[in-house]
Amino acid sequence: MSIFKHHAKLETNVFFLAVGILLTVIVGGLVEVVPLFTIESTIEKVEGVRPYSPLEQAGRDIYVREGCYNCHSQMVRPFKDEVERYGHYSLAAESKYDHPFQWGSKRTGPDLARVGGKYTDDWHTRHLINPRDVVPESIMPGYRHLLRPLDTSTIQANLQTLAVVGVPYTADQIKNAKADLVEQASSDSADAAVAARYPKAKMGDFDGNPKVVSEMDALVAYLQVLGTMVDFTTVKPESIRR
Amino acid sequence: MASIEKDSVSGQMTTGHEWDGIKELNTPLPKWWVWVFWATVIWSIGYWVVMPTWPTISDYSRGMLNYSSRANLGDDLKAQQASRAKFTAMLAATPLEEVSKNKDLLNFALTGGKIAFGENCSACHAAGGVGVAGAYPTLADDEWIWGGTLADIQQTISHGVRNEDPDSRQSEMPVFGTGDPLDKAQLDQLADYVVSLAAKAPAAGSPGEAIFVERCSACHAEDGSGTAALGAPALNNNLWLWKANAKQSNKDVVLAQVTAPKHGSMPTWAGRLDAATIKMLAVYVHSLGGGK
Repeated sequence: MSIFKHHAKLETNVFFLAVGILLTVIVGGLVEVVPLFTIESTIEKVEGVRPYSPLEQAGRDIYVREGCYNCHSQMVRPFKDEVERYGHYSLAAESKYDHPFQWGSKRTGPDLARVGGKYTDDWHTRHLINPRDVVPESIMPGYRHLLRPLDTSTIQANLQTLAVVGVPYTADQIKNAKADLVEQASSDSADAAVAARYPKAKMGDFDGNPKVVSEMDALVAYLQVLGTMVDFTTVKPESIRR
Repeated sequence: MASIEKDSVSGQMTTGHEWDGIKELNTPLPKWWVWVFWATVIWSIGYWVVMPTWPTISDYSRGMLNYSSRANLGDDLKAQQASRAKFTAMLAATPLEEVSKNKDLLNFALTGGKIAFGENCSACHAAGGVGVAGAYPTLADDEWIWGGTLADIQQTISHGVRNEDPDSRQSEMPVFGTGDPLDKAQLDQLADYVVSLAAKAPAAGSPGEAIFVERCSACHAEDGSGTAALGAPALNNNLWLWKANAKQSNKDVVLAQVTAPKHGSMPTWAGRLDAATIKMLAVYVHSLGGGK
């Protein structure tokens, strides 16, 4: 036990103390973080997850800006009550293009990880304008101001930045970002180019006003894609079970 | 630094630190604390052995218990299915129309349907299916846009209304008044007639009636009773889907719908809910308004 008696030497010398702290943090960090990059089951391999379309990504940024995460989580945990209520538990792969993640841990409102397709665009728009119009007991604030036009000037740079941090946007996707955004939010379009770049992206006018591409269009497009990318009728649970 | 010495009062050693004649005792940690500390260290070694703990190059140690929260969930769900198996099997084997003949099964379906309704349907159709005026239809009455039989309700829940699902209910009310020879006066006459139809006192022989018979009756039927197969609602009653509040006059509602028709939409549920849940929902929704 005499080795422990020498700690005073380490603790009374600023240089040795700093080196000691650094070594501890480095070793601890390596042991905790590095395996997540090397262990193959950290992110399961499933079909269907794609980067967000420009409109969905713009909606996601509004989701973050408005602080939706303060009340809504985006993770169905692997418990039977959650699976019964929300559907299949969330997979890591489903949020691999999320920067930042919206998993969250606070549920003042319901979890939104699988809200895509659950309600109609019309419902989302009404609900966001004044939640009590459709859910009388709701305590969610209204977001009428989202009916204003969406600022589309930054979307290309936005996608470029996401590409830098690892979202596999192609040069083609980045080049057409703004055009794709407007195209997806136009009610009368069934544009093959957008569909090819972003498979299964929901097209159309989301907020009931085809004249303006609004922030509401973007946010509803984002909500409608949540949890819909992976087709769980074809995914085998054994293959993704760890 | 003073010398380390034995304190004469407590009998313990000092640390050798001294300030203004006050010396610091080097009181050892309580024995119980030290034992608990070593016990946790030994516990952690046991934990390494039985639980998934250590990362390897591309995998991790599974531990003797091979614990996995996802596998646990699978077991939980299987146990839950097993506990419901008696009724789910019965439900699957019983045709929709005959569920109500077995009281226990009906109870099961109504309870399960009510819970599923609360989570999935009440956002639009509101608690108890009272609907939202001007937006989402009431399910607690005997007016059914797409038909109110059990089979109709099951079909509507399974595939929804006007969505991407190819099996969803589809129909579109044409626009009248723009690009259509009906002028403003004729639209007025038509609206007046529909209002009289709803008040159950159809203005027989009026110019509006002639327009209605010519242009509207193909879907809404000559007596205004509607056609469920086309999603054309009955107009000969006072149940108005698109009337948001009492301030709107009936005539304005009719004119708005004729010149710029609104079309309701409902998501498809077949992929999201399993067949048993949809069946229970159909039974529950049918029970709300008595169905047809």
